Amino acid sequence: MAVVKMRLYRGDSNGGAEKEYEVPLEEGMVVLDAIHFIQANYDGDLAVRWNCKAAKCGSCSAEINGMPKLTCKTRLDTLPLDKPVTVYPIKTFPIIKDLVTDVSWNYKVRKTIPPFTPAKDTKWVMYQEDVERGQEFRKCIECFLCQDVCHILRNHDKKNEFIGPRMLIKIAELEMHPLDTLDRKEFLRDQAGIGYCNITKCCTEVCPEHIHITDNAIIPLKERVADTYFDPLQWLLEKFKGSPKQ
Amino acid sequence: MEKYETHTHDVIVIGAGGAGLRAAIEASAQGASVGLVCKSLLGKAHTVMAEGGVAAALANVDTKDDWKTHFHDTMHGGKMLNNWRMAQLHAQEAPDRVKELEHWGALFDRTKDGKIMQRAFGGHTWKRLAHVGDRTGLEMIRTLQDRGIHSGMEVYMECTITHLLKDGERISGAFGYWRESGRFVLFKTKTVIIATGGIGKAYKVTSNSWEYTGDGQALAYEAGADLIDMEFVQFHPTGMVWPPSVRGILVTEAVRGEGGLLTNRNGERFMEKYDPERMELSTRDVVARSIYTEVMEGRGSPHGGAYLDISHRGADYVKKKLPSMYHQFMEFAEIDITKEPMEVFPTTHYIMGGIRVDADTAGSTVPGLFAAGEAAGGMHGANRLGGNSLSDLLVFGRRAGLGAAQYANELRDNALKIDDVELEKAAREMTRPFENAEGENPYTVHQALQEAMGAYIGVFRTREKISDGIEEIQVLKDRASQLRIEGSRMFNPGWHLCKDLKSMLIVSEAIARCALQREESRGAHSRVDFPKYDDEKWGRVNSVISKENGNMKIGTSPLPQIPEELRKIVEGGHK
Ligand SMILES: Cc1cc2nc3c(=O)[nH]c(=O)nc-3n(C[C@H](O)[C@H](O)[C@H](O)COP(=O)(O)OP(=O)(O)OC[C@H]3O[C@@H](n4cnc5c(N)ncnc54)[C@H](O)[C@@H]3O)c2cc1C
Ligand code: SF4
Ligand code: SF4
Ligand code: FES
Repeated sequence: MAVVKMRLYRGDSNGGAEKEYEVPLEEGMVVLDAIHFIQANYDGDLAVRWNCKAAKCGSCSAEINGMPKLTCKTRLDTLPLDKPVTVYPIKTFPIIKDLVTDVSWNYKVRKTIPPFTPAKDTKWVMYQEDVERGQEFRKCIECFLCQDVCHILRNHDKKNEFIGPRMLIKIAELEMHPLDTLDRKEFLRDQAGIGYCNITKCCTEVCPEHIHITDNAIIPLKERVADTYFDPLQWLLEKFKGSPKQ
Repeated sequence: MEKYETHTHDVIVIGAGGAGLRAAIEASAQGASVGLVCKSLLGKAHTVMAEGGVAAALANVDTKDDWKTHFHDTMHGGKMLNNWRMAQLHAQEAPDRVKELEHWGALFDRTKDGKIMQRAFGGHTWKRLAHVGDRTGLEMIRTLQDRGIHSGMEVYMECTITHLLKDGERISGAFGYWRESGRFVLFKTKTVIIATGGIGKAYKVTSNSWEYTGDGQALAYEAGADLIDMEFVQFHPTGMVWPPSVRGILVTEAVRGEGGLLTNRNGERFMEKYDPERMELSTRDVVARSIYTEVMEGRGSPHGGAYLDISHRGADYVKKKLPSMYHQFMEFAEIDITKEPMEVFPTTHYIMGGIRVDADTAGSTVPGLFAAGEAAGGMHGANRLGGNSLSDLLVFGRRAGLGAAQYANELRDNALKIDDVELEKAAREMTRPFENAEGENPYTVHQALQEAMGAYIGVFRTREKISDGIEEIQVLKDRASQLRIEGSRMFNPGWHLCKDLKSMLIVSEAIARCALQREESRGAHSRVDFPKYDDEKWGRVNSVISKENGNMKIGTSPLPQIPEELRKIVEGGHK
């Protein structure tokens, strides 16, 4: 039987190193299968997160051969197997152990986003074309791969200033909800730090749900913020009109 | 005993799926101090994987629908073994619970006139399942998660509860460990709501995740609560078959709801033989047995399944209504379902049985202990209809939150005690695997259990097979008492599995003993040696499991008596 060489990062906050394992290759096998094989047969204490094993829960993010991916969705036969497959924890968040990182920051900032706020007397009628934009963003499985790859968080560690692409689409989803009444533009500019994003689109490229993070969420949000805060005429108009949302 | 941290709440909810979140939201709204504890990160519970939809008689598409028809369908789907009161409350309250999700921000697919869209599903008379493509569970859990984090509850993520503690007869605490550090934590609490989901990981071929190890059922059993109807394990008719890596992963019933056709290797639509009226949209127990029979009799597909074809609906429609199925097959199996059929075979999916609860309050037989969602029993009888779980989570999650908050409120000034001896025993049990110099690898024992459950207590059962299974479970219990693990307590899945395995062995034994006792076939429980319904004897009783003097006791108790006006609804045609 063919075998594949897997090189996994093993370690914790005190440091660590790659460890190599040989795993028998089966048809259709994904990286997470190989990790499970290693757990069951070599190192029972190998730490990894996973739940659905069907690309639906966003638990199993890692960097496979340097690329941020879901381990349950990455088939081994899509990788070059003449050399070892490396699996590392996502880099932007502090390591806990092996492939598991501390992603609690994401939950903290998410809580600061002003929640859905419908009007008191809402008639709950919405048409398919109105909900579709929001539905795209609500496909997000919170794998945080976009947060991992965004250079503002990854290389510049601006976690206090910038909430990252996942959280921006969360805001976009609320802002584009046909029945929401809140205005999050100030939040976007100040707490969310949307100005930091320079539209490199790296986030969109890694999104396993194929959400158009930059084109459909961040750019329209940037435009709204710019219109309000940098266009004095718009600003005045909105002040008098009481800022209706489209 | 080593140092541990302590938190105090009125209500501890174990589990952050649909049931747990909805319970925690309700208990918080009632003013209780709530702690929500879950094994995984928030938002990753099983509910996130639900695909097809949530059943509620909104009557948006088929305007003749009403709660009575939903109730009727549910009782028939459950082969009359359902707790009638649960089925009634469920059918009556589900529409409000679904609308409430919309009020909390959910974006369901819409009808032309701007209402929540509904689709057909097996066993439902009318188009009843509110949905978002085939990712309804994700929509539901995000909505509840968003609502929950702004409701004032404390969330304890990646924290596993291993023991419940009592002050006399009453619940007084929950003990567990942080997955990350392995350190212990004690929750002092007046009430515990168990919303831990199912048991699928006791089987090899399953649609369930690592979390489904029956912890909640085992915790309740150990605390002295009754479990009912554990023999009723739902094998979903359509799990993926190929490649081996994805065997068991769910193919949503929505494929059949949207018009998918089942055929065998000879191209025959074999459901004609088994249920000519409802065909592919027959109930799950029937479809699962039909596929199983076709394959066993040599009419299976190349990898041992049946064909399921949706390509005739056209590529655009399929991609729009079943996007995640499209991607799932494209990416995992390299099959384009808009052009070719899928191969499917039954997969362990859901447990109808569970913790015995009072329909109105979700209270178990132990004071202070409540249960909701898949962990609770009774609602679905002998077979669950698709879509009725998500609605169950909402209806009884809310009721459990209410029930627990009320109980805690009545106990306001009552200081409950933690039994230090029990606490120390719990801690010692947890650290023991580190002390064993010899012993087996927990993964090996787990695999052996999974093989045994599939082989002995699967889709078709006989007395001999079940008895062999029970013997095997006894052997595995011994093996599981001597496990050895490597590494430290920091995020150590091997160590976690040691305790999970104990839970799985308890629920496996409960399933096996109930399956042996019930000498008839009903719903998901098919006895080859007793192929017929026995309404006189077994149609009148629930199976009951309890702990007595340290041993598992099996018995029956009479079904709650259905009132006359509801009986009429069940017996009437209701079309
Ligand atoms: C693939 C798939 C598709 C499905 N599709 C549908 C559908 O379309 N419609 C439908 O109605 N039903 C569907 N179901 C069934 C339905 O999704 C589940 O029955 C339901 O989500 C269970 O919800 P729950 O709240 O009871 O538990 P879960 O959502 O499973 O949550 C359990 C929670 O308990 C926690 N937990 C468990 N043990 C412990 C412990 N010891 N300590 C701390 N926390 C613990 C877990 O971390 C988790 O948070 C589907 C199921 C699957 C697997
Ligand atoms: S587009 Fe913006 S948010 Fe996305 S990766 Fe680039 S900088 Fe980050
Ligand atoms: S937007 Fe995409 S990449 Fe980012 S967390 Fe969501 S699913 Fe993952
Ligand atoms: S395990 Fe759920 S996305 Fe990979």
